[in-house]
Amino acid sequence: MADKMINLTLKVWRQKSKNAEGSFSTYSVNKVSTDASFLEMIDQLNQELIQKGDDPIAFDHDCREGICGSCGFMINGSAHGPLKSTTVCQLHMRNFSDGEVLTVEPWRSSAFPLIKDLMVDRTAFDRIVKSGGYISVNAGNAPDGNAVLVPKPDADEAFANAACIGCGACVASCKNGSAALFTSAKLVHLSSLPQGKVEGDKRALNMVAQMDQEGFGACSTTGSCSAACPKDISLVSIAKLNRAFLKASLNKKPEVKGGEAG
Amino acid sequence: MSGFLSSSVGKKYLMGLTGLVWAGFVFGHMAGNMTIFVSPDLYNQYGHAIVSNKILLYGTEAALILSLLVHVGLAINLTISNRSSKGIASSVKASGSKRTPLAAQTMIIQGTILLAFIILHLITFKYGEYYETTIDGVKMRDLARLMSEVFSQPPAVAGYVISLLLLCAHLKHGFGSVFQSLGLLHPSYQGKIKAASWAYAIVVTIGFISQPLYVYMMS
Ligand code: HEM
Ligand code: FES
Repeated sequence: MADKMINLTLKVWRQKSKNAEGSFSTYSVNKVSTDASFLEMIDQLNQELIQKGDDPIAFDHDCREGICGSCGFMINGSAHGPLKSTTVCQLHMRNFSDGEVLTVEPWRSSAFPLIKDLMVDRTAFDRIVKSGGYISVNAGNAPDGNAVLVPKPDADEAFANAACIGCGACVASCKNGSAALFTSAKLVHLSSLPQGKVEGDKRALNMVAQMDQEGFGACSTTGSCSAACPKDISLVSIAKLNRAFLKASLNKKPEVKGGEAG
Repeated sequence: MSGFLSSSVGKKYLMGLTGLVWAGFVFGHMAGNMTIFVSPDLYNQYGHAIVSNKILLYGTEAALILSLLVHVGLAINLTISNRSSKGIASSVKASGSKRTPLAAQTMIIQGTILLAFIILHLITFKYGEYYETTIDGVKMRDLARLMSEVFSQPPAVAGYVISLLLLCAHLKHGFGSVFQSLGLLHPSYQGKIKAASWAYAIVVTIGFISQPLYVYMMS
């Protein structure tokens, strides 16, 4: 492997805690292998900071394979950096050139309170999922392969939307801090499948209500969410969410009073 | 349905529907005004036919006023709540494939100028000087004369051209966005919507711009 070395200047957002003042600190990172990932480059910088007795930069990460959704921050204003369909853990330094100055900032959204430095609290996403991103029918044991027939296009669509890793890049790249793409991916994933259709209306109503309650913004169809999405979730999913929400609102049945249904 | 209308998704349905009412109107308005290229008389007769049909006139006016009130009200409401949802914006704006298109970022600015334009435009024409003319024995308003007076002044022509370019931006983003807001986007034509929204916005804008320019050059 011809690993080249590059030197970079990083302007990193440093903030000790949610309510502390934050500001950019400038660091030079030297001899970065172009085979390193962006996170490994920050590891290298953190090692130097620790050796100097400074506080290392806090950032979220787990799998480092682009599949868990833990990592993510803005690089020069782009969520997960300049490349399409990637996460920062899978973004390699060969995509940057020697001497570049990079501004590294946390996801910005009122619904994602900052924890420390580049780390934000994304539990608002968990609460959206909790409000309807599940199937509560008892699915029993694994069914026979062809017992429940799912047309191929539906299966593909469910799968494409199930690819959402919940990283929050959609919210961070949106000028409105809207969670429409995330919420729509979770909804379309389930509502395209027979088992998920049963609770489709309830899911649409509850997930949109939760999304609004968490303080995420409305969709302005700027398309930045889909452009930044590491899994290329399509804007069509948002249209489906809107349609499902309209249909559910029109279908809404009066609440059943007086305890749980048997 | 009250929950629907107060939700972020419901508000966008209303924003889209009211935007569509106006988008339909500006297209019709542009197309009708093309009569000016045939003759000032035909233009006046066209205008006369519209104001003579009171049901059409008041019906359209009511739909337009109601739509504009809802559209502007929601524009303000959504812009404020969206800004507070965002909180602090990133200090650097994305460039390259992840950047937000300028037209989409500045809808509220285009809209505010459009609103000012709509008011000025009504003052200039609808509530402007009332000249009269008789065509084929029918007395009617001579709007063509007012038009040629207004558009003989270069600043007025320039003001119109600038406002119409903003309308172009608003329609380009708006037309594309409306399919999504109303839940009508579909993979089979998703790619074509962008081209269609450009085509629609450009036809309306060039059509509208050609009219004051033509009158200016004829004066
Ligand atoms: C000729 C007049 C107008 C037409 C044809 C028009 C059309 C549209 C359309 C089709 C949309 C897309 C709606 C959607 O995303 O679903 C839109 C959005 C918008 N309009 Fe207008 N509009 C007009 C006037 C105005 C005015 C006067 C304002 C404000 C003062 C305004 C502010 C906005 C804003 C802020 C949006 C974006 C909403 C968002 O971010 O979601 N518009 N318009
Ligand atoms: S660390 Fe798991 S997706 Fe990046």
